[in-house]
Amino acid sequence: MRLSRRDFLELMLAAGAAGGLGGSGKTLAGSRSGSSDWREIPQDFYDVPRKGNVHLLHFCDLHGQLKPVHFREPSVNLGLHDFRGEPPLLVGKALLRHYGLDRFSPEAHAFTHLDFREAAEYYGRVGGAAHLATAVKRARAERPGALLLDSGDTWHGSGPALWTEGQAMADFQKQLGVDACTGHWEFIYGDERVQELVKDLEGAGTRFLAQNVVDRDWLDPIFDAYTLHEQNGVPVAVVGQAFPFTPIANPGYMFPQWSMGHRLERLQEQIDKARGEGAQVVVLLSHAGMLTDMAYARQLRGVDAILGGHTHDPVPYPERVTDPDGEPTLVVNSGSSGKFLSVLDLEVRDGKIRDFHYRNLPIFANALEPDPDMRSLVDQAYAPYQERLSEVVGEVDGVLYRRGNFNGTFDEVLARALIEGRDAEVAFTPGFRWGPSVLPGKVTFEDCMNQTCSTYSETTRQEMTGEQIKHILEDVANSIFNPDPMLHRGGDMVRTAGLRYAIDPTRQMGERISDLEIGGEPMDPKRKYVVASWADVNEPQDGPQAWDVLADYFREHQAIRVEQPYIPKLKGVSDDNPGLAV
Amino acid sequence: MNPQQVDTQRRKVLSGALALGGISTAIGLGILAPSRALAKWQEQAIMTTSLEEGLSQALGGSSYQESDKVQLDAPEVAENGETVPVSVETSLPNVESITLYVTENNAPISAVFELGSRARPSISQRIQMADTSEVVALVKSDGKLYGTSRQVQVTVGGCGG
Repeated sequence: MRLSRRDFLELMLAAGAAGGLGGSGKTLAGSRSGSSDWREIPQDFYDVPRKGNVHLLHFCDLHGQLKPVHFREPSVNLGLHDFRGEPPLLVGKALLRHYGLDRFSPEAHAFTHLDFREAAEYYGRVGGAAHLATAVKRARAERPGALLLDSGDTWHGSGPALWTEGQAMADFQKQLGVDACTGHWEFIYGDERVQELVKDLEGAGTRFLAQNVVDRDWLDPIFDAYTLHEQNGVPVAVVGQAFPFTPIANPGYMFPQWSMGHRLERLQEQIDKARGEGAQVVVLLSHAGMLTDMAYARQLRGVDAILGGHTHDPVPYPERVTDPDGEPTLVVNSGSSGKFLSVLDLEVRDGKIRDFHYRNLPIFANALEPDPDMRSLVDQAYAPYQERLSEVVGEVDGVLYRRGNFNGTFDEVLARALIEGRDAEVAFTPGFRWGPSVLPGKVTFEDCMNQTCSTYSETTRQEMTGEQIKHILEDVANSIFNPDPMLHRGGDMVRTAGLRYAIDPTRQMGERISDLEIGGEPMDPKRKYVVASWADVNEPQDGPQAWDVLADYFREHQAIRVEQPYIPKLKGVSDDNPGLAV
Repeated sequence: MNPQQVDTQRRKVLSGALALGGISTAIGLGILAPSRALAKWQEQAIMTTSLEEGLSQALGGSSYQESDKVQLDAPEVAENGETVPVSVETSLPNVESITLYVTENNAPISAVFELGSRARPSISQRIQMADTSEVVALVKSDGKLYGTSRQVQVTVGGCGG
């Protein structure tokens, strides 16, 4: 998308406000002695005056993070083929340039990895249920009747989320007053538990919407597809789309009778039906991932906005995609880990959207007073586990992070822990996009849980031939780097230890991986190698939990040096790809 | 054997019984072809590892004409390679049979449906797929073979963000 002049001016105004160009001298946070280039957060940062008559608030992919965290955005998030240099596949300075954001604004820290450690120390933590709640309350106070929508991956990702089987997170959603949500990692608790929590939510007025989850044999829908609301006399429909590949990407045996997929024909029927019932605005609440959401927007008729999650690709400004009727669809993604709250105001007149206004607000914990009710809910959720989570297991001298197309520093430690803890030659660890970052200093058991917790985190140790190892690399690469976004299953490239390879992500299935070496020797396709991994999706395993293997590694090594993560040799991608900053 | 397996077994037995019971009715209604339905299970065609041979056995030939009158519905990515739901429909006249095959399977022919004169040519079937492959649907209409194909990905799974 190219920004129009008006878009650009609006964006510059937002960036200007964020950058403190007003020079009022009054600031919310970031003030510290020392000579940082980073600009303080201006006092009016969270003043988002109401515009229009339909108001949507959105967040996604909280991944169980009820307390403020650090989260480093990627330095490698490649756009290939038609998507080279296109949002959301922009990183670092290329992202700032595209959106006209100031290099040292609070937004620059929120949306990029640039000088991460220094900026994170300067601005402090982001997200947190109590801080998010304050931001939601402020936005709602200006916008009575605004809809609060959650794209899912809320119930999973922290100790309290896992040990309460999602209850702590459902309680958070109810307390926050989420109007509608959809799912992906929600399903790892199994069909029965999902139904229980959905019932619990619906009792509190939070709807769980997923038009694309159907009975495997009879194709009957399992959940409601959409809801109708009215705002200022304008009927608004919200249609839910769960993560289409959940039965492949996660253990399908936890919900054996549920089938998913895109089901775009059914989705179009639901949109048409909602329009038929009078909806003037149709919003798709999606967990398909931003690039896939943009592909949806090109195919579906009658969708005004897609509020999406899954790929953890926060954008400062919506993409405007043209649908088959030549009408625009706005596509946004609100990042992850509670770090952002999107505020989308629509001006609807005579049944049509005339204009829109958008901010993807970073939630800086130091700049927002925590909401007392939400804080006590979080404290209660943590209380039974606090002692266990607070254990200091080790120390690091650099930033631990995960997000990025290839290995992050946290995965390096996890992969080494798997090799050592499970006595293997090769380690695989899934390219999940969740898991907060940790600044240099102490590492706690909670940090280990945040990187590894799920209902299927048992580690595995098995023999695989060189050919099978290569096939795994090819298979994952064929999802992430596929030229067709309808085939993207999300996540990043599988993380590895004990092997080295070259990758040309622009090629076809079976042709991307080359020069594979295991243990310093060329890979032998027939030889068997001992491979350690975790999070097997095919059947329940009984090995030690990944969080214990990781925590034990920290406990044993105490002080760990953080080095540059291993990045395979890249072929077919030029150094100036705007999704690459090395 | 765990309870789930027992349950699966029981379902298999039940569906097998239903299928057997249904055959005579189907012949009576002209939905299944009487001569073939009980006469010969297409064992050789189904079991062979040679696609050419299997198609020749079942259909008397293997070359077909691409036709947009054959609609094949299959997932782009299989949720489970063990049971991939596939449906075939056709608007072609006088359909004698519908055949499904998976080019990359060791035994490529998955199913041969021989239809009676009054059957609506529309079938649904779960097929097993060992790997990512083209799935081909062939329709024998007025003695000629027409077909269409789709790629279905079978992946190692996991690794979702």
